[in-house]
Amino acid sequence: MTDFLNAFVLLANFVIVPATAYGAQLALGALGVTLIYSVLRFANFAHGDTMAFGTAVAILFIWLLQAWGVSIAPLPTALLALPIGILGACALALGTDRLVYRFYRRQRSAPVVFVMVSVGVMFIYNALTRFLIGVDDRRIDDGERFLFTVAQFRAATGLEQGLALRTSQVITVVVMVIVTAAVFWFLQKTRTGKSMRAYSDNEDLALLSGINPDRVVRITWLLAAALATIAGVLYGLDKSFRPFTYFQILLPIFAAAIVGGIGQPFGAIAGGFIIAFAETAFTYAYRGFLGYVLPEGWVPPGLVQLLSTDYKFAVSFIILVIVLLVRPTGIFRGRVL
Amino acid sequence: MKRILLATAATALIAPAAHAQESVNVGIILGFTGPIETITPNMAAAAELAFQEANDSGLLDMQLNPVRADSTCIDSAAATAAAERLITADNVAAIVGADCSGVTIAIVNNVAVPNGVVMVSPSATSPALTTIDDDGYFFRTAPSDARQGEVLAEVVTDRGIDEVAITYTNNDYGLGLAESFTASFEERGGNVAMTAAHEDGRGDYSAEVAALQASGAQHLMVFGYVDQGGRGIVQSSLDTGAFDSFFFADGMQGQSIIDAIGAELDGKVVGTVPGSDNPGTEAFYEIAEGAGFDGTTSFAPESYDAAALITLAIAAGGSADRTSIRDHILTVANEPGEEILPGELARGIEILLEGGEVNYIGATDVELVGPGEAAGNYRVYEIQNGSFETVEFR
Repeated sequence: MTDFLNAFVLLANFVIVPATAYGAQLALGALGVTLIYSVLRFANFAHGDTMAFGTAVAILFIWLLQAWGVSIAPLPTALLALPIGILGACALALGTDRLVYRFYRRQRSAPVVFVMVSVGVMFIYNALTRFLIGVDDRRIDDGERFLFTVAQFRAATGLEQGLALRTSQVITVVVMVIVTAAVFWFLQKTRTGKSMRAYSDNEDLALLSGINPDRVVRITWLLAAALATIAGVLYGLDKSFRPFTYFQILLPIFAAAIVGGIGQPFGAIAGGFIIAFAETAFTYAYRGFLGYVLPEGWVPPGLVQLLSTDYKFAVSFIILVIVLLVRPTGIFRGRVL
Repeated sequence: MKRILLATAATALIAPAAHAQESVNVGIILGFTGPIETITPNMAAAAELAFQEANDSGLLDMQLNPVRADSTCIDSAAATAAAERLITADNVAAIVGADCSGVTIAIVNNVAVPNGVVMVSPSATSPALTTIDDDGYFFRTAPSDARQGEVLAEVVTDRGIDEVAITYTNNDYGLGLAESFTASFEERGGNVAMTAAHEDGRGDYSAEVAALQASGAQHLMVFGYVDQGGRGIVQSSLDTGAFDSFFFADGMQGQSIIDAIGAELDGKVVGTVPGSDNPGTEAFYEIAEGAGFDGTTSFAPESYDAAALITLAIAAGGSADRTSIRDHILTVANEPGEEILPGELARGIEILLEGGEVNYIGATDVELVGPGEAAGNYRVYEIQNGSFETVEFR
């Protein structure tokens, strides 16, 4: 019995807990990508850098709060600065839409033009973020870092294996649940949300019904920017903030959105967790786990690792390719890209 | 620089009249243009300072005349052409250089060994140069990266540890260290449970740490960079309780890791960085300052030592013959003999001309091992109370 408990704790500490937090961050990012896709009809490559920009603004405000001596310990100051970060990202997104995307929308440009434009915007955001805060690694996890540490867990349970739970991991999951619920409620129950869904479903019909397209577009950008900033700050809180990592995380976010079914909010959430768990589970070495579960002498001598961790990102793409081949609409029947 | 040139020119003019001395060219091939162009001027100045010292002593029956050439650090074809020119047109007796490992390998293979000319590199650290087929013509005053792997293996086994896991940054530096450490650790009876690369610049290293932890090893060798993935690995290991004993290579030494992680590191880290407690280093800085350049920049001390070894080898053999230089470098570099520090080259030459023996210590505590490369001195430190405490020198 103790063996099974140890095995479970080991798996929880190294696979379940980190993958859940990572999945929540991917899910929030993918939700933003999917919203833009379903309403504005293009894959927004600048999403990762919107995350970085919003987080950078939040970090500047965190520093200001810290200088003022304001804190909400044991919670991280980042939560307090989050709304300011969201405001910054919203201003950036609306400004970009006004200056860049509106032009192409009026031209009725093809979606692929929008995608290319968003790549250009991505590089500009990239530079803006570096201009604002630099390229260095920043840590923003002040306050109490752990709910409980490995040592505390071992002392409390007497098990051989330990489990650590970081405050940032719990906050990530809690915030993600609240935000997702709010987004779903907004899309399903409010007038504005319904008009967005109508616009997404059939643009011409929505216009005929008297829906103001500019308003829908504005609200979509605001929602996407807010989601991006929340995902970005949570990621920065859990790991650390470095502009470059937000560029890298864009790829798993896209994979999550497409696997779940692009344009499907629920698919984005599911896709985020699928990608995160797959990346972690495929690259984990199971020898220690099997050592507890299997009878003596059955434990294989190798590491029992399916793929080296070098191939972590490859895992999400293998899943992506398989999904596109077998079920191009994604798991939850989104649009076909 | 101007002063050295003037002085060289002046002595060259006067000397033949006085002693009918012959003038012997020595090459200095460094990357005066290219990625390391900021440090090469001081490296060349340091080498020329050593030759100048020998000339000023007036004890050799020849004038050593340094000739510069550009290795570019990265362009093997250009470096090979420049070395060809030194050997055929300038007829140099020996060469100080080259600097970067890639061009050095090219010159050794294509020019120096076929023509039988000694090269003493002050800065090429690639392990590949240890095993290069050089007929004994290649030496270096910089230690091979492989040496650090050996030192770390000694440090680990001396602490009674026989099983470790290795994580290295995914480039030549990290891989080279991982390989050399593994080889000498296994030679000493140790077992490497797992070797895994990590990419720098990632946000999340929990998967890497999870795999390393599953190997069952209790100690983690971190061959990475302090501001990059190395720190992420250490942080994640501490957070998940995967490891609480770490060994760092030189790339991991930096105040920023203590600033970032803090007291959690106390007593958990042992590491190595190049360094020695040698009085010659200070002596070199002083004479460099006297000669009007900054001796503290990278590889300037090694460059002085490279030129000094060539000079002493000429004195020991009594001639600037290329093969004679090759045969005498190891005898002047190592024990036994009178210890020679920077600025004491005249004394060294005098002893050698009288048939005595010298052990050149120089600016970097020179001791050439194996196929003629610096043994390399490393400082072993522990992190205690939020700072790097020196434990010993190896």
